[in-house]
Amino acid sequence: MTRYIVQRLLLMIPTLLGVAALVFLLLRVLPGDIVELKYAGSGTFAPRQAIEREKAQLGLDKPVWRQFVDWIGGIARLDFGTSMWTGRPITHEIAIRLELSIELALMATLVAVLISVPLGTLAALRQDTWLDYFVRIFSIAGLAIPSFWLGIIMILVFIIYFHWLPPLTFTSFRVNPKANLQQLIWPALAVGYRYSAVATRMTRSAVLEVLREDYIRTARAKGLWEKVVLTRHALKNALLPVITVLGLEFAFLVGGLVVTEQVFNLNGIGKLFVEAISQRDYTMVQSLVLLTSFVFIFVNFLVDLVNAWLDPRIRYQ
Amino acid sequence: MRPTLRNARLLAVTALLLVFVLPPRPIMGAQAAKPTYGGELVFAVGGTPPSFDGHRETTFAMLHPLAPHYSTLLRFDPQAYPKIVGDVAEDKWTVSRDGLTYTFKIRKGIKFHDGSDLTSKDVKATYDKIIFPPEGVASARQASYGVVKSIEAPDPYTIVFQLKQISASFIANLASPWNFIYKADILAKDPRWYEKNVMGSGPFVFVEHVPGSYWTGRKNPNYFMKDRPYLDTFKAIFIRDTAPRVAAVRSGQALIEFRGFNPAAQEDIVRTLGKEAVVQESPWICNLTVTINAEKKPFNDPRVRRALTLAIDRWNASKALSKISLMKYVGGVFRPGSQFATPESELVKYAGFGKNIEASRKEARALLKAAGVPDGFSFTLKNRNVKEPYEVTGIYTIDQWRQIGLNVNHVMQEEGPYFNDLRQGNYDAAIDFACDFMDEPDLQLQKFLSAKKSPLNYGRYNDEVLDDLYDRQSRLTDKAERLKILRQFEKRVLDEQAYQFHILWWQRIVPHWSKVQGWKVTPSHYVNQDLRDVYLKLY
Amino acid sequence: MIMAQETAPAARPQTRRRRFRAWLRVALRFTRRRPLGAAGAAIIILMIAAAALADLISPYNPLATDYGAMLQAPSGAHWLGTDAFGRDVLSRIIYGSRTALFVGFCSSFLGASLGTVIGVASAYFGGKTDLTVQRFMDLLLSFPLIVLALVVVAVLGTGTINVILAIMVPMIPRSALVSRSSALSLRETPFIDAARALGFGHARIIFRHLLPNVMAPYLILLTAFLGQAILLEASLSFLGLGVAEPVPAWGLMLSGAAVEFAERAPWMAIFPGIAISLSVFAFNLFGDSLRDALDPKLRVS
Repeated sequence: MTRYIVQRLLLMIPTLLGVAALVFLLLRVLPGDIVELKYAGSGTFAPRQAIEREKAQLGLDKPVWRQFVDWIGGIARLDFGTSMWTGRPITHEIAIRLELSIELALMATLVAVLISVPLGTLAALRQDTWLDYFVRIFSIAGLAIPSFWLGIIMILVFIIYFHWLPPLTFTSFRVNPKANLQQLIWPALAVGYRYSAVATRMTRSAVLEVLREDYIRTARAKGLWEKVVLTRHALKNALLPVITVLGLEFAFLVGGLVVTEQVFNLNGIGKLFVEAISQRDYTMVQSLVLLTSFVFIFVNFLVDLVNAWLDPRIRYQ
Repeated sequence: MRPTLRNARLLAVTALLLVFVLPPRPIMGAQAAKPTYGGELVFAVGGTPPSFDGHRETTFAMLHPLAPHYSTLLRFDPQAYPKIVGDVAEDKWTVSRDGLTYTFKIRKGIKFHDGSDLTSKDVKATYDKIIFPPEGVASARQASYGVVKSIEAPDPYTIVFQLKQISASFIANLASPWNFIYKADILAKDPRWYEKNVMGSGPFVFVEHVPGSYWTGRKNPNYFMKDRPYLDTFKAIFIRDTAPRVAAVRSGQALIEFRGFNPAAQEDIVRTLGKEAVVQESPWICNLTVTINAEKKPFNDPRVRRALTLAIDRWNASKALSKISLMKYVGGVFRPGSQFATPESELVKYAGFGKNIEASRKEARALLKAAGVPDGFSFTLKNRNVKEPYEVTGIYTIDQWRQIGLNVNHVMQEEGPYFNDLRQGNYDAAIDFACDFMDEPDLQLQKFLSAKKSPLNYGRYNDEVLDDLYDRQSRLTDKAERLKILRQFEKRVLDEQAYQFHILWWQRIVPHWSKVQGWKVTPSHYVNQDLRDVYLKLY
Repeated sequence: MIMAQETAPAARPQTRRRRFRAWLRVALRFTRRRPLGAAGAAIIILMIAAAALADLISPYNPLATDYGAMLQAPSGAHWLGTDAFGRDVLSRIIYGSRTALFVGFCSSFLGASLGTVIGVASAYFGGKTDLTVQRFMDLLLSFPLIVLALVVVAVLGTGTINVILAIMVPMIPRSALVSRSSALSLRETPFIDAARALGFGHARIIFRHLLPNVMAPYLILLTAFLGQAILLEASLSFLGLGVAEPVPAWGLMLSGAAVEFAERAPWMAIFPGIAISLSVFAFNLFGDSLRDALDPKLRVS
């Protein structure tokens, strides 16, 4: 097992290197560059030489391969460099946003679990009844309604009917749990509903499948009480695919809540990403892509571990 | 026609003395009530400051949170734009007879937030950095000070600017809100220190900055005006998107947003706040123009460009668009209502500014036909993918051109590719914009100069007549003489050549909570943001 | 072409009728067994009809502005009201279905097809090729969907074609993954061995023998992607990175003025949102039922 873990961890390195190289190249072909944007952005008169000077300052005058080597070299020493837009260290800029994004992702996942596991199980047990149809419609609707639209409607309802708005600045949960939850619960609901959809469907089909397995039939035949069958056997085994789905989604939530963060004015990774792209803040975009990829790969790995732990039948070489 | 230089100098001196020697009026709140002390002002900012260095940045998102920490040499009178008064400089200054030497006295007893005295040494270091930036230091507005030969500080409380030639806009440029006074010792050690740190002499001391979230400051007890500022603290919340920004003001989480909202937001805010809402409005020194690629066929033909401007019904646009967007005022190259603006009776004579749109469209069609442009001719209009007011204006303009038989594709781009394409001439026509901190021909005309002279001109034409007119007006301190040249310039740009033409100027609407007092809207969202006169009416 | 040659010309009408009847039977059975899926299919058909007949059924020109009729509430003249430019919302929604379907179909078709071909080829060749392709797919897979789309739009610029590409790219690795695992099990089956033994070329084996056998997962993916693509297009347009005004598109109708005028003119924000939701809903319903029907593992007797 240890060997497997080490192997998997080592395998992350080439993938991440590939991600780094890909995003680096993509960014260099992006039209427009950060320095010109900074000046032209507000229509001011900036002399050619000032622009050249600033480019040199950011190291953008060096050949591309050199920039790449410098960047990767820095990362190897865990130095992610500074944001080209603000000049502050990237780690600092990201750390501020990461707490919010991770907390929101956790909350949304929690919402998704709370919705999906009971609903999915119920739907499976009452397959093809009106309840099943209702759950399916409810979950498919969750996939269909754009969460940014849900967010817009939410905010409008708050402001029109309650003249109230969730706090617009982030307070850490450790500092003030109430203010923290007041801000994050709404986007967590909007996003969690959407993400519950996939998990509900997964739970439903997983439970259905497990219910058809021989050992459940045996248990039922032995006259075990329905509830015991369900919790002891069916749910536990149905959990595997559900955990996989939830884990993967959690990974996407950390960096992928681009539109929702914008609607709710959340200072998270997704918003930072959109801004960094539109500002052509190369170092920032590179680091963010690397971060989200890392989270994704790492969560993937954790999911595999959990699966192996839950199901002894899964054996890895 | 041209006045002699000697005359000009005399006029310059008298004019400047007359205007600026007058003592400043005592500053009063908009309601003229007795200001109260204390409280926190929370305001929303629609962006985030890139670096903290005012000399290098160009966005209001840097100015709004940072201006309260700094002083400038001169400033616009917060209650009486465009009047210019002293800030760290005293309100009286002298200009030599030849109009080339400007001498300012620095107020005594001004202290930086670290407790040290602010002297002429600091002012000199600041302006040296702006005008003659050392290697590796960026200065965004360096070009506006091309006339400055040298800066001297003969004694701790005197600063002297030597110019190479007479400049009508020099004093106004010293009132630039971007030119924060920095401390000489810090600049000497690290000229880039101010990009990441804050240390000024303004009414508020820096407290905290959470990137992407908020910025806070507290009252400077040693501010040189003993009775200012009124507020204890301020907090700027960064909200990039319009909808949550409006919601912030409506919910009271922010009391004001200084840049300005469009009429829809204004209506929502007023409806929610009821009697507690105050709306301040002003024309804005911002405009949108159509820029045409004069290198491309058939746009190299002035008749085609003229047809394009003729087709746009600005008067109807003003009526319709002002209800849904920031676009409002019909004007030429100067802000309508400003001292340089062309009166309406003259303006309507320019192509496309007439009130009979049917006649204009007929003329436009005839011009296109004469130039050999077929009916249904198709080209693209490049635009920034910003809703307000760019997209709105793009939609309107395309619809107007459709009505003279042109089939125009709208291409909305991110800022990066947009500027890239404009700069490289990779476009047919584009919606372009300009926003300045004051009404000043030297600033507003810059983008119409020959492309080889002005990086702001994306029209790819070179026109020596315009360049010459620009240089002449820049040195004229006699207003009437200057206006005459300005008219010639304007007529050539908008009417005769139609290189680039204005669609509308913006309206600045700032709806806010009535408890915010002592702040007066100006035609620029860049000026008057140091918050020193702002107070809260506490209940 | 090859398929057509195999059927004798004389037998055509007969076969066609029989095929149609067979189709009808399948459709009827599908409706009876899976009412939800059938409901989804009905909405999709309605949408396609609206898109195809937009010129005939929409009451106004979706581009025509009318500054005398700005922000009008739903009425007899404008069933769903007008927007900030006085344009008819209903007409823009009807024409918007063209944009949604076009972008949705093109991107999911291209994404699923390319991904499937890559996945199947990768499984077929196996060994180093397979490993390299899989690495690269893993790499693409580790970008969040919207992030990858944003980067593609940033590189290529906005506009319909680029949006299609931006949505298509993240779909490739997802479909490659699925089709590869289906194809892996096929690779070792006797009929592929036989084809190889007969000396058929790689392309022929892949396209004529392997691909038809991964049709079921392919169709499932395609319908699932369709809904996602429509949603993604709306999100990109909402962010100002999709198609450009004045082209009618649902996401675009939701952004900007719709939010700003949401109180005075709620119809501007509500109806396009419903259009998006309903169409994605329909595609998902249909896709779900299709998956249930095609995936033998989940088939319920």
